[in-house]
Amino acid sequence: MFKTYILILQRDLTLALRHKTEVLTTIFFFIIVISLFPLGVGIDKELLQKIAPGVAWIAALLASMLALERLFSSDYEDGTLEQMLLSPQPLFVIVLAKVSAHWLLTGLPLVLISPLVGLQYHLDFDRVIMMMLALLIGTPILSLLGAIGAALTLGLRGGGVLISLLLLPLYIPVLIYGAGVVVDSALFNNNTETYLSLLMGFLILSLVLSPWATAAALRIASE
Amino acid sequence: MRINWFKYAAPANFYPIAGALAPWFIALAGVLAIIGLYWGFFQTPDILTDQKQYYRIIFVHVASAWMGMWLYAMLVLWALIGIIFNTRLSYMFAAAIAPTGAMFTFLSLWTGAFWGEPSWGTWWDWDPRMTSMLILLFLYIGYMALQSAIDDPRRSDKASSVLAMVGLVMVPVIYWSVNCPNPAECAALHQSSSMEQIDPNIRNAMFIMVASFWIYSFGVIMLRIRNIILEREKQTRWVQELKECQ
Repeated sequence: MFKTYILILQRDLTLALRHKTEVLTTIFFFIIVISLFPLGVGIDKELLQKIAPGVAWIAALLASMLALERLFSSDYEDGTLEQMLLSPQPLFVIVLAKVSAHWLLTGLPLVLISPLVGLQYHLDFDRVIMMMLALLIGTPILSLLGAIGAALTLGLRGGGVLISLLLLPLYIPVLIYGAGVVVDSALFNNNTETYLSLLMGFLILSLVLSPWATAAALRIASE
Repeated sequence: MRINWFKYAAPANFYPIAGALAPWFIALAGVLAIIGLYWGFFQTPDILTDQKQYYRIIFVHVASAWMGMWLYAMLVLWALIGIIFNTRLSYMFAAAIAPTGAMFTFLSLWTGAFWGEPSWGTWWDWDPRMTSMLILLFLYIGYMALQSAIDDPRRSDKASSVLAMVGLVMVPVIYWSVNCPNPAECAALHQSSSMEQIDPNIRNAMFIMVASFWIYSFGVIMLRIRNIILEREKQTRWVQELKECQ
């Protein structure tokens, strides 16, 4: 089972790294969105510091969602997904491997690039660290929940817009606590642990339930 | 005697009984609405003084908010029954409930805005209850969007049922996170139920409105299920032999 996980993960990473533009598009999308906000709302330093966590998280939600369409669609089109469904390996593990690959390709780069938000929005070092930590815990949740949406809309017309309609309401708790921890760390500097524990709990919940729901959705999609 | 529990699970058996029941439900809902609104608007004491007559929107507002939430639970229940027993009619129930639930949720937001303008001086505030109703509306819309995006009814039924169940798992998490954006201050934000503090006169009028909306939902959902049955089973013989389809 572990071997299956590693194999699928390696395969997905190899495939993605042969099309580097797809990975880079997501990162640049994130950078462009966070750069546009100051142009839209004005360059007042205090205002920027205030909105920075929210903007970073919303940009991360959108960037992670943009890449979701690719999660299953190419495998679905060339029939690989059908072989995966037929294989004796548990679908749960296969889904988990694909989601992990998705996170390594979209979530992790966003975490690493997020100090850029700190520079552009004049955040101090503590808050940048806190934001990176929150993104590190939060982005896997986005990938896990996103997989359900990607599986449900597999092969549909206008799937991309539909995914956002299905998923954005479900992303709300991550947004609230992910952005909240950065804001709060600046205000009181004490109860950040509570936020991070809540995000962690949410991560565990989605880790257990999401691959299962995704597997069910994939079976429905390829009936 | 053996009871056939699944007799009315067959669309062919359910279609006529739904048609027979729907007018009664709708008529009863209309009568109850007239009683409830008359009682609420003219027979309740002016406890809040004459300047604050706008409180009377509560008779529509609370009932529609409750129905909006309750119908989502019912939608998920039917989706779950559909997944377990694989009965076509259960999926049709779920699909038929969604528009009514979304309508009531929207109505509660709309009436809430009308109440908020004179009393708070604003149409909208990011109060936890309002925000969670707004998110509930989004969940309904997501469900209906997925349902209508898939052409094959079997796949659309199952896929949207999975979505509804994911939504139900998420609802407590979303509700909680909206209620306590700052976990340290959560206790202060908690609103306790105010049902017991209400004048019994007002409360009774409100409950009559809830009953009216509830029965209205039954009637409308029956009618909508009839449409869905006709649409999906139009190639079957019993539909082609129906009087109204000749």
